[in-house]
Amino acid sequence: MTSTLTPVRKRSALTKGQLPKYAPYVVLGVALVLGAAILALIGFNAFGWGVVSAILFAAGLVGWSAAVEGSRKAKDKLATCLVVGAFLVALLPLISVIWTVMVNGIPGLLNPGFLGTSMNGVTGVFDNRAAEGTGPVIGGIYHALIGTLQITLLATVISVPVGLLTAIYLVEYGNDRPLARAITFFVDVMTGIPSIVAGLFAAAFFFAVVGPGTKTGAVAAVALSVLMIPVVVRSSEEMLKIVPNELREAAYALGVRKWRTILKVVIPTAISGIASGVTLAIARVIGETAPILVTAGFATSINNNVFGGWMASLPTFIYTQILNPTSPSNPDPSSQRAWGAALVLIILVMLLNLGARLIARVFAPKTGRR
Amino acid sequence: MSKRIDVKDLNVYYGNFLAVEDVSINIEAKSVTAFIGPSGCGKSTFLRTLNRMHEVLPGARVEGEVLLDGDNLYGPGVDPVTVRSQIGMVFQRPNPFPTMSIRDNVLAGVKLNNQKISKGEADALVERSLRGANLWNEVKDRLEKPGSGLSGGQQQRLCIARAIAVEPQVILMDEPCSALDPISTLAVEDLINELKDQYTVVIVTHNMQQAARVSDRTAFFNIAGTGKPGKLIEFAETSTIFNNPSQKATEDYVSGRFG
Repeated sequence: MTSTLTPVRKRSALTKGQLPKYAPYVVLGVALVLGAAILALIGFNAFGWGVVSAILFAAGLVGWSAAVEGSRKAKDKLATCLVVGAFLVALLPLISVIWTVMVNGIPGLLNPGFLGTSMNGVTGVFDNRAAEGTGPVIGGIYHALIGTLQITLLATVISVPVGLLTAIYLVEYGNDRPLARAITFFVDVMTGIPSIVAGLFAAAFFFAVVGPGTKTGAVAAVALSVLMIPVVVRSSEEMLKIVPNELREAAYALGVRKWRTILKVVIPTAISGIASGVTLAIARVIGETAPILVTAGFATSINNNVFGGWMASLPTFIYTQILNPTSPSNPDPSSQRAWGAALVLIILVMLLNLGARLIARVFAPKTGRR
Repeated sequence: MSKRIDVKDLNVYYGNFLAVEDVSINIEAKSVTAFIGPSGCGKSTFLRTLNRMHEVLPGARVEGEVLLDGDNLYGPGVDPVTVRSQIGMVFQRPNPFPTMSIRDNVLAGVKLNNQKISKGEADALVERSLRGANLWNEVKDRLEKPGSGLSGGQQQRLCIARAIAVEPQVILMDEPCSALDPISTLAVEDLINELKDQYTVVIVTHNMQQAARVSDRTAFFNIAGTGKPGKLIEFAETSTIFNNPSQKATEDYVSGRFG
């Protein structure tokens, strides 16, 4: 009479009451179809379809989950939907910007001589011919590229020593003294300065010191470093703060002086973070337009001297090409050049961000066991 | 190459808070002296005053005298950097410099001070220091690898090698084994036994067995209560402290009745 009863169940008791794995896809499909149907009633457009489908998807999945799995899982699904939704909303403008700039910018960028020539001698006559189809679009951004690189490099050369030394004072010597607190406060204030004000400051400063109407790349670099210094101070300060105090004490206990400890232990330990912070600060100011307009003017020819003469830069190039097309009756060649310059600018910023990551990885303290 | 330390009536403050009160103690050269006592009684704070590391913290100060072979560490015009190069320190948590290789960690005291040293001398110093710290055989094939890749016990011995590479007179150790497993602890304790042939060693420990194993003399610190200053209760030969203490509080502590 002994019989072993093996309970036969289709699903484990532990996984009872769960939605099947394919549930989200089913709901998504239904939501898309329903969304298309609803939109068809009031006039179809892609944006509305996406919004309606997303709402239907969230409602359907949460409702189904509440019916089958209970309220805890339903809340979990709701939170997931909200988080993913917020992420998609945040991603949308970015993708849209990159897409628009790529589509509009690539023809300009592929134009022969776009990166290698300036706008010197390019007049409305050529643009009119290009618009009529009897000539190529000529002219390029070489002068603006040179200007942007030189101005940004000079701004970096000014900002990094000032910013880094300020951060070192704040972290290593400040001790929360009134001076240190005042510096922290004013750095915070500087972070919020509108960029045009920084430009006006630099212009007024050089007008007073050198002479009225002084517009050179160097003035623009000063304006940009006003914007850059607070960012460098802030990021370097945070990086220096996270260097463990134990390392400083270890160096002190070996009879190493404080300035040597900072120079040879603290900064090398924090250098990866500092370097990536600096790179991000450069990426932040490389696209500034207003301060450069009032400090470096805009040029159409190549100017390799950052200390003398007006200088073009990519943002001001875009600005003038759109606002004052070379040929007012046929602005298309000008806007093609402007989009091309915008694409180059975005590529530069992207390269800088990649560079920041690379720098952070190269300089990071090695921890490998091999 | 070792000096004695005599402390006279030392009061240690954090700002206005008196952390350790009125300590007088004579630490013999070429011996191991252990500080024991409950947490927060000021033994680590007191240890840090012996090489002027205490004042690194903002607001920290000291009253009284600490004599290194008769010279007051806190005398006017004494440079704390000179003091620290004579009195080395090993910390509770191993703290090798993460940006440096094992070899550079050992040479840190020399290189960070920009002293010129030839490659041959440097190699000899690295080998001598690492042998002194019982670490040579484990790391001799990977001297150029980062120090942070070693195990915790090896890192702590690397820190000891770094401390003895600057050839100090005295080595202070602040709970050097509290983050280590028993095997590594044994290695460090063996090392302390060897170090006392050349150096004066002062060690703070929570582990009474460790104090009994490694030290020649033991000082017991205690605290009357939260917010009160820590005091030196009793200082004697280790065997006396553990077998025949003169103070009731010492006996209670070493017999495990409190703390």
